[in-house]
Order: sequence, then C-alpha cells, then structure tokens
Amino acid sequence: MRIMQSSYSPRYILGRIALYGAAILLALWTLAPLYLVALAAFSTRQATFQWPKPLLPTDFSTDTMQFFMNTRGVLDSVGNSVIVALVTIAGSLLLGAPGGYALARFRFRGKEAISLGLLISKMFPTAILAIPLAVVFLQIDLYDTIWGVALVHIAMALPFVIIVTAGIFVGVPRDLEEAAQTLGCNRVQAFVRVVMPLALPGLVAAAIFTFVISWNEVFAATILTLRNRTLPAQVLTALNDSPLYYRYAGGFFMIVPALIFIFLIRKYLLNLWGNISR
Amino acid sequence: MRSKLESLLPYSLLAPTLLFVTLLIVIPIFQAFLLAFQSADGSFTLAHFQKMAADTSFGDALKFTFLLLIFIVPLQVVLALMMALLIHTRFKGHTFFLYIYAIPLAISDLAAGIAWLAIFTERGYLNSILNQLGILEKPFLFLSYQNLPAMFGTIVIAESWRATAIVMTILLAGLQLIPRDYFEAADVFGANTLKRTLFVVLPLLRPSLQNALIIRTIFAFQTFSVVFALAGRVIPVMAGESYNWYVTNRNPGVAAAYAVLILIFTVAATWFYFKFLKTSAAEAGYD
Amino acid sequence: MAGIHFQTVRKIFGKTTVIKDVSLDIHDGEFMVLLGPSGCGKTTLLRCLAGLERVDGGRVLIGERDVTDLAPRDRKIAMVFQSYAVFPHLTVFDNIAFGLKMQNLPSEEIKRRTHQGAELLQLTDYLKRYPAQLSGGQRQRVAVARAIVMQAAVLLMDEPLSNLDALLRLQMRAELKRLHAEIKATTIYVTHDQIEALSLGDRIAVMQDGKIVQCDVPMNIYDYPANKFIGGFIGTPPMNFLQGAVNGDGSVSVGASNIAPASSLQAAFAARNGQPILLGIRPENLTLASAQQANTISAHVLVVEPLGSHKLLTMQVGAEMIKVSVAPDQSIASNQDVWLHFDPEKIRWMDAASGEAIR
Repeated sequence: MRIMQSSYSPRYILGRIALYGAAILLALWTLAPLYLVALAAFSTRQATFQWPKPLLPTDFSTDTMQFFMNTRGVLDSVGNSVIVALVTIAGSLLLGAPGGYALARFRFRGKEAISLGLLISKMFPTAILAIPLAVVFLQIDLYDTIWGVALVHIAMALPFVIIVTAGIFVGVPRDLEEAAQTLGCNRVQAFVRVVMPLALPGLVAAAIFTFVISWNEVFAATILTLRNRTLPAQVLTALNDSPLYYRYAGGFFMIVPALIFIFLIRKYLLNLWGNISR
Repeated sequence: MRSKLESLLPYSLLAPTLLFVTLLIVIPIFQAFLLAFQSADGSFTLAHFQKMAADTSFGDALKFTFLLLIFIVPLQVVLALMMALLIHTRFKGHTFFLYIYAIPLAISDLAAGIAWLAIFTERGYLNSILNQLGILEKPFLFLSYQNLPAMFGTIVIAESWRATAIVMTILLAGLQLIPRDYFEAADVFGANTLKRTLFVVLPLLRPSLQNALIIRTIFAFQTFSVVFALAGRVIPVMAGESYNWYVTNRNPGVAAAYAVLILIFTVAATWFYFKFLKTSAAEAGYD
Repeated sequence: MAGIHFQTVRKIFGKTTVIKDVSLDIHDGEFMVLLGPSGCGKTTLLRCLAGLERVDGGRVLIGERDVTDLAPRDRKIAMVFQSYAVFPHLTVFDNIAFGLKMQNLPSEEIKRRTHQGAELLQLTDYLKRYPAQLSGGQRQRVAVARAIVMQAAVLLMDEPLSNLDALLRLQMRAELKRLHAEIKATTIYVTHDQIEALSLGDRIAVMQDGKIVQCDVPMNIYDYPANKFIGGFIGTPPMNFLQGAVNGDGSVSVGASNIAPASSLQAAFAARNGQPILLGIRPENLTLASAQQANTISAHVLVVEPLGSHKLLTMQVGAEMIKVSVAPDQSIASNQDVWLHFDPEKIRWMDAASGEAIR
C-alpha cells in the first residue's frame, strides 16, 4: 500500500474509498448511541414519549437535565462519586506507584511471584470482593460510607496502577537516575528531579485511568451503600422505578466525564488499555 | 550499612501494596468462600449452593451468561480486529478515528445500556428511524418479555458496542509490537491484503488475541448492569443474581455462592484458553 | 586531586563473579583506560568506583578516602555515560548546571562555570535548546560538559564515544585528549575499542574475564602483550601466532625453519627443551626477504590487499595463516612464494599451553 504503488491508479483510489468508507462506518457505529442519548437528554421530558422522534435537535431543552439534577440524591451522589474517585486516585497512586517503581527498577527475590500475583488479582470478579467486604464493613462501620467504596475501588485499581506505573518507570532510562546520583543527588532527589518530571505525563494518564475505573464502577458501589450512593449506584437502583428521561439524563451525565478524559489521555490509550491487559 | 538498606528498598516500596492487597483482596476472597460454605453455626454446608441451584432463575442465569459470552466475544473480536487493522494501515487521519473508536473505553456498562435503551425502547430512535423510512407503521417491541430473542439481541449489541474498544486497544497494541518488516516482507512477496492478514498478521497477533479473549471472557461472566438497564430482571445473569440475593433477598451466603461460581468459571476459562490456544505464558507477555 | 586504589575488589551478580579480586592503583591526574571485550567486567568495575554498584568484597579508595560504603554523591566523582544520560526535560544550560545546582553554589558561580564548560565544548550557541533538538554528537558534548564543570578530582567515562559515527568519534577522541591535558583530572575511561585505548591512555589496564591481565603504558601493551589474548585483542590486524617447538640448542623450529630467540631469553628457553611454544609477531614486524637467511621462513602469498598507507598480505606458513603488513610500493602478487624474515627482538614468545608470555 505504502510502497511502490503509483499514487493515483484506479485500484489505489478504489482502495482508499473502501478504507475511508469502512472507517467512517465504524465511527458512526461508535458515535450514534452517544449522539442519540445526548439528544434524548437534551429534549423536553414530554419529548421522551413523542412518536416518531426527530433525529435532529429540533427542540433542544435543558428541562430533562435540570429535572435529573434536581432529583433528590442525585447531586449528593455526584459529589460522592467525585470524592470516591479522587480518593481512589490518591490511594492507588500513593500505594501503587512505589510498587511499580520497585518492579521497574530492581531485581529482587520474589519479584516473579509478586508480578504473577498482581496479574491474578486483577482477574478476580468484583462480586467476590464486594460481598464479603459488605459483611465486614457492616461490622466496622464502613458500610454505607464513601470511604468503604473508595477502599474497594483502590483494591480494584491497584493491580492496574502498579502494572501501568511500572511500564511508565521502565520508560525512564535508569542511566538518567544514575547520572543524577553522580551529580550530587541522593536516591530521593534523583527521583524527584529526574524521574518524576519525565514520568509525570504518564502518571497523570494513570490517574485519569483510575478515575474512569472508579467513576464507572457499579456493582461494589451498589452493594456497599444504602443512602450514600455514588452516581452509578444511584442510577442503577433507580432504574426500575424512574421515568425514561431520568435514565437518559443519568446515562448522559455519566458519559460526559468519560468523553473528556478519553480526549485528555488519547496519547496513552494504547499504553493504558492495550498493555495493562497483558 | 548502605548495601543492606539498598537490598531492602524494593520490598519496602512494595510493602504497603502487599499489605493492602492482603487486607482487601486476599482475605475477602477467603471470607467469600467462608460465606458460601459456612452455615450460621460455623459448620461446613452446601446449603447456600443448594438454595442457589434450587432457585428458578439459576438455570436461566447460567444459560444467559454463557449465551452472552458466546455471542458477544466473537462479535467483539471481529469488530475490534477490523478497527485495529484499519488504524494500523496509518491512513491519513487514523489518529482521529482511533480516538472515536476508543471512546467506549471510558463508558460504563450501565451508561452503555442506557444509551442503547434510548435506541431500542418502544418509542426510541430505532423505531423512529424505521418508521421514517417507511418500514414500520407501529413501534416494534424490542424490549419485551414476549420477545426474548430481540431483547437478548439488544444486550449483545450494547455490550459489544461498549467493549469492542477494549479489544481493539489490546489488538492494536499487539499489532504495533509486530515489526513493520513483516508487513513489508509480505508486500514484497506479493501477498494481497487478505492473505497477509490471514497468514502473516493473525498468527503474529495470537498472543494479543489470546489476551483479549481471556480478558473479555472473564468480564463477560460479570456482565450485569447493561442487562439491568435493557432487560431489568427478565433476563437473569449470574452477577445480577448475586446482586439480587445480596440486596433484595438479604442473603450473603447465596450471593457469595454465586461469586464463588463466577470465580470458578473465570479460572476455568483462563485455564481453557491457555490449554487450547497453546501459547506459552512468555509469548503472551505474561513475563 | 586524587589517586584511585582498588583493593581486591570483588563483585558478584547472582551466581557469577564478574569482578574477581581486582587490585589497581591509578595515579593522581592519570588517564587510565580499562580495555576489554564486552562482558569482561570493565564497566562494572567503573560502576563500583562510581558507587552505582556496591562491591561484595575489597575496598575502593579515592585519594586517601575509603569510599567503599559511600553513595555516588559523596564520592566527589563525575561521570559520562555511554548513553550520555542527558536529561531530556532540561535545557542544555540546566543540564550542565545540574550538578552545580545540587551543590547549592551561588547562582553567579553556577552561571560562570556553566558558560565556561559550554565554551570548552563549543556549546555556547545551544544553551537554550533541549536535548531533543541536538545531534548525537552535541548531546555527547553536553554530557561531557556536565561532568567537567563539577571540577571533580575524578572523571569517569563509560564508552563515551561508542554511540558516535566513525568520523565524529575520531574528532571527539582528540578533543577528549585535549580536555584531559587542560583539566588534569584523574580519568578512568572504559572502552572496548583498542585504538581509543592506545590513543588516549597514559596507561591501559586490559581486562579479561573479571581480572586485569596487564596494566602498562600503551606501547608496552602493544609491543609486549602479557599473553596471547592481549596480543590477539590489540592491533588491526592483531598479532600473528605460529606453533613451534624448542630445540636442544635453545632455538625454535617453526615448520622447516629455525628461529633464534633474542639473547635475553636464552636462559628461559634452555629449560624448555623439547616443549611446544607459541611465536607471536605483529604484521608490521615481518619483512619480505629475497632468499633464505637466518630467521626466515618460507611462505606462500594468498591475498594482497592494497590499503593506501600499506599493503596487507595474507600468507600461508605451513598449515597456518598469518597477516603481513608491507610498504605500499612493495611489489608482490598473490600465489608468489617468498621468504619471511622474523626480527627476533620483535617476537613475543608464549607458553603453548597457558598463552602466557615468556620473559
């Protein structure tokens, strides 16, 4: 394709048309549900029952979104979700980044076992963590608190964070750190002055990745809370007895941060989702 | 002495993590087994499992969980492979399309379920489009307990839509590990695109494919809120039943029994893929 | 200023001992080259001196100071890395000034010394640039400047030229030599390139398999290699080796001819009557002779390579091949049979079993 093909032969042009045609078709498949749920979320509440529905935003309205935001418990749950996500980021990075650094930089006895353990621990189903923890949290007054949810989210994110940060630190050549040490830094200074600045973009991406994990998590958040819901827990438990427009607004509201974050970490997509899966 | 401290450094860096993992992963898993296998007086019992199996939804939950797995995973792999191969040709504008294809990565299954609910519901967008195209007079009931296959189909579509992005990134990352020489070598030998894909790319991509299959299969056993959003409890699945037994029936024992069952399937599936795809751990990148 | 002393230094990686009780004394201000093939332990020895590896036995002294248990920063050394290890997130100025800033020097002095270092390595025009905007050669200069401005008594260089292309390497080699003459810091230079070693070193320590097998001034290493390995490692092409046997009269028969060892060695040869022995001689120390005479061997010319400054001949002597270097105007053709004259003073005799030179 790239090589030795005369640029404008009919075959080449046909090939290009097919290529872009397929690319656009797949893009439409990806974007259509997002567009439609946004359309539904920004219509009036009555429009939910309109038939047939217009496919263009002819009656744009914030009515549905306002209704959703003013519904009891929603704003609180958004606040809870944000706090849980932030605590999860802080906790999993503070715990996991040093571990990732250790795996990236040192050879030590038991390293293989620890790496294997991490791989295994990210396979565990959420249910097998959330249900026993709900029982324990009841006994130690962590049930129905956002801290309990955050703890489980940290546990879920930690194996990923270690693997991701290890990858980031491997990308910072060891020589640089050693050079800093010969130039008068101790280990900590070398880390702060050389490794950190170089690893920072990757660490930010890892933080955002962690945010997404926590922001989206439904099962544990629902099992572990009763009144102090996170947003997904709030929406899930209201599914059966809420009007359609409430669900559309809730769905859209959960999607927006995701869209923003995907855009922010677009350069790291493959490194994060592609490589953590090994 | 400096050297002694030095050799302890990696352990001390990992210690907080190991402690945390022990407290919040290892111990809970033991407790899950205790919950599942212990009666109220602390003795060993299979009562929770018997109760689970006796429930009317149990058979359906198993059936639908596996049906979803069988339909969704291949669909995702095919779609994701198309996306990844397209992006990998590096046509002009490919990064733009990559971001678009990747968007569902950050969308929860709950939100995905709701987005497709807007499409498949009675007065939803699909029926509207079909009506405007003159195909349908009255709305078709996709989400009705009287039409289980259609309802099941909507779940397959919604979940495939969401998780294809994950498979795509795994495959694309795998494609990028294949040296470009291989592609060019195939060009030189006159392989056309289809042959090249079948005989050069796919075999080299096998470790990534295996990874994607393992990951998606594992998570397919946990499928839950996308089903709730589209089908409520009409289509039961295992994770959903675990949730119901805990939240609605307030029975942690049976909920834990489901969790243990999910774990067993997870382990079995992983073993199955390793056994029958026969890629060594090192090849798959598990090193 | 400071000399350096390795005292029976040992380093173990897992189950392999990579440095085997090495002792080496380096004088103050000396340019010492550690030379050896890859895997011989030369870089590890340097890293032990830098404090980047901890030793498993022995002591390391800089000046009179025992630095064995000190961190790199406390050893008063500066180092140039093979990969340059220039910080990509800092400008050239900040890279060069990095070590000075760590010492909390007044900013005026940092500025002055950084500019001085930049000038010394012709980097003044690039101070505001980032490493990504520099060529490989320029990055290398930044690494050297960054080490030099530290004004450390000891300067360590780990294959600093190996990532440069051939022409640039030639330039930088001369420049490093000029720099050393100027700053006079005790310098340890690790390389696997014997030409670099010969050109730069005040002395060369040749390492093999975790040990120093010879440490001497370059010309002695070249002319009097301590063993077969060194003779074969140094020189392009390397030293030729021929099998021989010691006769009762102290001469050595090589093929059909007899070669008389230098008179200073007669005593040593008397004791080796009848034993096999190895004759080592450099290609340029062989001359063509028109007829058989004392210390000549019959040889057959296989290949003639005119290389400009000289002609390189590949010859067959008995069953063995040797290389001979002759003047460019020497008239010679392949398939010719000639007599080769061996200068007894230039022959390095070695024990056939151990490869050790006979002195």
